[in-house]
Amino acid sequence: MIINKEAITQLAKANKRLDGRGLLDYREPIRIETNISWTAEGSAKVQIGETVVLAGVKMSIDKPYNDTPDEGGITVNVELLPLSSPDYESGPPGPKAIELARVTDRGIREAKAIDMKKLCIKPGEKAWFVCIDIITINDAGNLFDAASLASLAALKAAKFPVVDPKTGAIDYHTKTEEKLPLLKEPLAVTVYKINGCFLVDPTSEEESSYDARLSVASDDNGIISALQKGGNTPLSTEEISKVLDIALDKAKFLRKILNKELGF
Amino acid sequence: MVYTERVDGRKFDELRHMEAKAGVIPNANGAAYFKMGNTVAYAAVYGPRELFPRFLQDPKKGLLRCHYNMLPFSGSGERIRPGGNRRAQEISMVMNAALNPVVDLSAFPNAVVDIYVEFPQTDAGTRCAAICAASIALADAGIPMRDMVAAVAIGQVDGTVVADINYNEEAYPAIVSDIPVAMMHNTKEVTLLQMDGEISKKDLMKALEMAKIATEKIYALQKKALKEKFTYE
Repeated sequence: MIINKEAITQLAKANKRLDGRGLLDYREPIRIETNISWTAEGSAKVQIGETVVLAGVKMSIDKPYNDTPDEGGITVNVELLPLSSPDYESGPPGPKAIELARVTDRGIREAKAIDMKKLCIKPGEKAWFVCIDIITINDAGNLFDAASLASLAALKAAKFPVVDPKTGAIDYHTKTEEKLPLLKEPLAVTVYKINGCFLVDPTSEEESSYDARLSVASDDNGIISALQKGGNTPLSTEEISKVLDIALDKAKFLRKILNKELGF
Repeated sequence: MVYTERVDGRKFDELRHMEAKAGVIPNANGAAYFKMGNTVAYAAVYGPRELFPRFLQDPKKGLLRCHYNMLPFSGSGERIRPGGNRRAQEISMVMNAALNPVVDLSAFPNAVVDIYVEFPQTDAGTRCAAICAASIALADAGIPMRDMVAAVAIGQVDGTVVADINYNEEAYPAIVSDIPVAMMHNTKEVTLLQMDGEISKKDLMKALEMAKIATEKIYALQKKALKEKFTYE
């Protein structure tokens, strides 16, 4: 990929972008589709412009951790598939995939979005564990927002599988009507700083030209549950304040689209 | 007991509902979406591109490399741990063998064409879906090809030969044979043949005849998907 870093930084100063968008505009279309995989307990496909990611929720029953004997758990895993970009190679997740997974995980975990106590079946012995796998189909930038949207949509769509009351075995072929106990609905928005200007929903090219970024996960009440600063340039407190305003506002925007696409 | 009616009510030679689309992954040089019943495959082709490690480079011909992978949530049971496994390695290998005969390797000496196939959901017949999707993606990428390859899993369930068997038929409580077959459209030559189960030679030949007709239907769909991509109003 040829990166027009020079052009991107100069345009940003004039509030312009290479693809003609405003600095705070998302690409179109933003599409969210749930139940795209019958084998997952919950699943979603999210498209933002040319970026496409899938999220799948699998549930299993396991022994609770010793320090939280009356709680279940969640895991978030990201696979940046070599199918989705010439820059990705086969092999174990690298730093980029791990950061993306951990930031998405914290947004959900720290907001206490899932009622972990309700996932417990028998304290100290059995609890539900929820695993969210996020995978890329086409990475054209802004995986942070896409991954967060896809995970939330997949969690909202997820239904528990049937458990045999005698053996305790899970019948993955049959789903109950019971949904996951979601208390909050956190969404992450990442704001990028390029040449002193702030923008959202970067393309891959813009992602290679940024100075700093801040990911902000917030719930429906505007309470922040996770932050992650990236990039080798510092941010002043004034800038952080500005970034938070943008992120909270854009989270509202994404939430509206999510609810509309899912029919709520 | 004789298998007179299929578990999902299809006719013996009837394939599951299929969908095919070319060029669904903008980052790739060529791509395809292929759906067969509840099995869904995405294929992406990258290349020809530089081949590493360098000692694999051949100045006479290029290399075709297939990567088959099931996504963690695509199995009908527990979550599948990501990272390769023996099954995926073997299927990648037979996929390579199924597609190699139609690809003109001399067109990209020293280089590699990578094909990645991923499944968001599966219901048997994944290696066949992978080959069908990969064939469309290769053509979409403009890789020089002699022919198209289409694949289908023929089954024999309790004595009856059926086309495109699904998971419930594979799990049918009787003798079940699973025969994935890939064929080239022009020559009708077989490029993939595997089988597990128990079958007589007579029935196996019958299965191959059935595969001929079935892969022809799939070929028509592959061609349609490519035409749709390259037709402009």
